[in-house]
Amino acid sequence: MDQILPLLVAIPLGAAFLIPILVRVWRRFPDILGNLSTLALLVMSLLLVGREPSTYYMGGWRPPLGINLVADGLSVLLLIVISSIAFCATLFSIPYMEKYTSKSRYYSLFMLMVAGMNGVVLTGDMFNLYVFLEIASIASYALVAFGTEAEELEASFKYMIMGCVASTFVLFGVGILYGRTGTLNMAHLARIVDRDGMSPAILFASALFLMGFGLKAGMVPFHAWLPDAHPAAPAPISAMLSGVLIKAIGMYAIARFFYVVFGMDGLTSTVFMALGLLSMVVGALLAVGQWDFKRLLAYSSISQMGYVMLGLGIGTPLGVLGALFHLLNHATFKGLLFLCSGAIEHGTGTRDMGKMGGLIRGMPLTGTTCSVGSLSISGIPPFNGFWSKLIIIVAAVQAGHYAIAAVVVLLSFLTLTYYLRLMRHSIFGDLPEALKGIREAPALMGIPLVLLAVCCLSLGLLYPVLKPLLLGPATDVLLRAGDYIDLVLGG
Amino acid sequence: MIPYLFATVMLLIGLYAIVARRNLIKIVIGVAITEYAINLFLILLGYRTKGVPPILGKGMDLKEFASSSVDPLPQALTVTSIVIGLGVMALLVALVLRLYEKYGTLDESEMKRLKG
Repeated sequence: MDQILPLLVAIPLGAAFLIPILVRVWRRFPDILGNLSTLALLVMSLLLVGREPSTYYMGGWRPPLGINLVADGLSVLLLIVISSIAFCATLFSIPYMEKYTSKSRYYSLFMLMVAGMNGVVLTGDMFNLYVFLEIASIASYALVAFGTEAEELEASFKYMIMGCVASTFVLFGVGILYGRTGTLNMAHLARIVDRDGMSPAILFASALFLMGFGLKAGMVPFHAWLPDAHPAAPAPISAMLSGVLIKAIGMYAIARFFYVVFGMDGLTSTVFMALGLLSMVVGALLAVGQWDFKRLLAYSSISQMGYVMLGLGIGTPLGVLGALFHLLNHATFKGLLFLCSGAIEHGTGTRDMGKMGGLIRGMPLTGTTCSVGSLSISGIPPFNGFWSKLIIIVAAVQAGHYAIAAVVVLLSFLTLTYYLRLMRHSIFGDLPEALKGIREAPALMGIPLVLLAVCCLSLGLLYPVLKPLLLGPATDVLLRAGDYIDLVLGG
Repeated sequence: MIPYLFATVMLLIGLYAIVARRNLIKIVIGVAITEYAINLFLILLGYRTKGVPPILGKGMDLKEFASSSVDPLPQALTVTSIVIGLGVMALLVALVLRLYEKYGTLDESEMKRLKG
């Protein structure tokens, strides 16, 4: 089974370079090859579910000498998130990207981004993680600027400058850790840190990592790029950025490094909870006043990632479980909502909620799925957002953080407020005169919407099946760091 | 110690340029300086005064070689990071060129389509 691990990186990487060549043979190749590769990735990551954690040694070199790929519970959870949203986004791109020129370059960058993210969640080597992080980031900078209008270029430039500083800090941290411990392998490093304890240099490196990966995850003091960059990108890319990228190269890296490598303590816990609360509050307050459909979704992403960070900060088994469940759920409903925004923009030609209204009459499918997404994210039972938020609140109460639990409940109401406003102004209400002639989005755009809406409903109801298969193993990885070290280095 | 201080000062100069300058080209130069500062830091990690190149020749004593050669790994990391830096720089300069075509200026304070 471990033989398919390198394929998870190699398939999108190969597709990224084949697509711009094969488009000269036949104009439809990019669509076909792009969708086939994301489908293959989805099938392969589903095959990994419920199996024993496995490792693959690149070139047969054993760690700590060589680079290794590890698929444990946490990586498999992230792989499933990445490949399912990527599949929906590529399916959606077939009709949506027709209005842009050069679809082959779009698919090529898309595949590079997927390869980078798969690499980040699979690799067991710090420097390798940095390289994959840069592959995913550079592809995403280029994709944000894909429309090459003034607004997109400006957003991309801002994102890129901040992203470069974050990557530089990550590399600085990797350098310091190598200088102190003489290893780049994460499991080996974890063993050394466990044996020798934290020194000031390692603490400094962990602060650099928190800043670098925190910026990629859109945590609040480092969030300024996110509300510009996510709306500026084409809709399927917004869905990938908000739904997957901030989790795979931000939140996953934070969880892996702080839980498995450095080990959690009281200080880190407090910092995580403070970051999480700050992101939740600031993101939600800024989202309330937005009239741009996609900008509202972007601010709400900051707020929802705060929930995940808070759950990780609480650090109890229930808190971590809630955080990972919310991560999975957020990928489905935010991916769905951004794809809906694309379908609406495709149909009406605007993103301004002030000019919309009554879209459910002209576009019943988009309107319904968009309502499902909004209800899920604001935590209405039985949709999935309700269950993960409930778990996080219960975890906060059990850990004795009553004030935090109260803030989370209050913010859920605030989330409900701005999503109700979104639904009232865009989906329900009166259809403006200018939009009388709108038509439903094409079928290929409708299929991913329906798929994700079904996910929103079923993930909540299928929780008893999901927990032993997917969420339980992922939680165990974070709570029992020793297992990861033994898996990679051998007992 | 002094080369490490120099790398730190370089990093701070680069960050200052990114934060305080208004001209896009100067911001890009700031990014380049931070990258070079980190590359310098990585090279310094493997540096050893009077070290020999990390190539094991015939008839060399393994222990003596290990105690006198420089560490080759940071050099490999630096080469990789230079290549990544090249890609970043090409994309950044391309973005600046397109922004100049749109606005006719390189002044950041005149590009205000977006709000924080």
